[in-house]
Amino acid sequence: MRSYALELIEKGKRIDERKFDEYRKIEVIPDYVKNAEGSAFVRFGNTKIIAGVKMELSVPFSDTPDEGTLMVSAEFTPLASPDFEAGPPREDATEFARIIDRGVRESEMIDLKKLCITPGEKGWGVCVDLHIINNDGNLVDCGALAAVVALLTAKMPKLKDDKIDRSGFEGPLPVSQKPVTVTVCKVGQNFLLDPNIQEEEVVDARLSVAVREDGRICAMQKQGPGGLTMKDIDTIIDMVMKKSEELRKFMAVGKTKAK
Amino acid sequence: MVMAKTDEKLIVKGKRKDGRKPEDLRPVKLELDVVKRADGSSQASFGNTVAVVAVYGPRKLYPRFLQESDTGILRCRYNMAPFSVDERKKPGPSRRSVEISKVTRLAFEPAVFLEDFPKVTIDVFVEIIAADGSTRVTGINAASVAMAAAGVPMRDLVSACSVGKVDGEYVVDLNGIEDNNSDADIAFAMMPNKDLITLLQMDGRLTKEELMKLLEMAGENCRKIYSMQREVIMKKYERVEAEDERGDVE
Repeated sequence: MRSYALELIEKGKRIDERKFDEYRKIEVIPDYVKNAEGSAFVRFGNTKIIAGVKMELSVPFSDTPDEGTLMVSAEFTPLASPDFEAGPPREDATEFARIIDRGVRESEMIDLKKLCITPGEKGWGVCVDLHIINNDGNLVDCGALAAVVALLTAKMPKLKDDKIDRSGFEGPLPVSQKPVTVTVCKVGQNFLLDPNIQEEEVVDARLSVAVREDGRICAMQKQGPGGLTMKDIDTIIDMVMKKSEELRKFMAVGKTKAK
Repeated sequence: MVMAKTDEKLIVKGKRKDGRKPEDLRPVKLELDVVKRADGSSQASFGNTVAVVAVYGPRKLYPRFLQESDTGILRCRYNMAPFSVDERKKPGPSRRSVEISKVTRLAFEPAVFLEDFPKVTIDVFVEIIAADGSTRVTGINAASVAMAAAGVPMRDLVSACSVGKVDGEYVVDLNGIEDNNSDADIAFAMMPNKDLITLLQMDGRLTKEELMKLLEMAGENCRKIYSMQREVIMKKYERVEAEDERGDVE
């Protein structure tokens, strides 16, 4: 059976009457979960994700003894979609978390050197957990925005007798860059942004690209069953550059708190 | 092998630590039929990085509820031997290997005529025996010839390589130490005759111009690797033909 979403795209239209390069309504609520050191609720249309940051004490990795650690994890909880199942993260959730992890890490958003306490022995571990509340497509862009805003709102707990003391906080995380991730989808010969779930099912290939404020690309991942040509990639990067500025505006909320 | 972060210069007077020029691949070895029980198998080495691949199938998929009535499925598993790295790697899947298994599968999906094999699976097992950078692309290069040797109908071979920016220079086929100290690195695979890119992962920091230049380089080197892959497959069938004429039975 041919998909209605696909038929529309071939006619240059979309199921919810958006333009190809138009995002759904975006809503960002920073500091959404009071128990987390930093958090954000982000919604792209009906796609909803909560990101929470928790700080813990960790042992630095052996190849970077003078740095704290960062880890982005994700759970595709069964409440968010009939296709998600309970249990440990599977392939899709793992890939999703690692795409967002690389966007944050490679942008050099967080100065991990400042999170080292005793080289080789102790440092701060920044844990970003992404909880999908409703999956209506384009999890990567939504989750990446949630992760960055959550990090921008995050506070450093105090350290008392080598233990974490959450009764008071010591200011924001050492944050400099604000990476934005934009995913461009190829359907036939068309390129579109922010697919909903019906559109996502007919996507041939998509490329997620994370960009820093200075315009440098810091992470990319091709997804989906199809391939891309060199010309496709050229087109996609131009779209990403144009659109990333628009998405970055939604991060302004965190800025006032972080610095 | 020392692969950790270093402040040492990795390219001195246009030469890399292992003596290569920036645009050189490491010595490549491709060998077929290293796992006789498999339907197709191969071993690939790029310098010190070694991958063994076995392909089983196309074969009936069990349990039956996993079968797809209108298409076959492809399953890939990327795994590192515990002794393949500096510090022993705990056996079993990691977040990294789960992701690489998935992108390996996606690198091949556009190439395989899966729709011709309803209810069937093609299983590809990639084992990294020794890791010195660029393991996922070495695995893909080995898997490509192993699938061809198994007789899996494909639209094209898949050829892969890594490229990156090290000490400000564009380099091909990163080894471990370069990988850990690069400004940016890209894992890339394509179907060379179709000009279709099927794997693209990048991290680091690049402008668009730098990215496009690196992708060009990746494409050129995939074509070089493609001709090596083609050669090893052609040799196998010349051998089979000769054996047929003599009436040899293996």
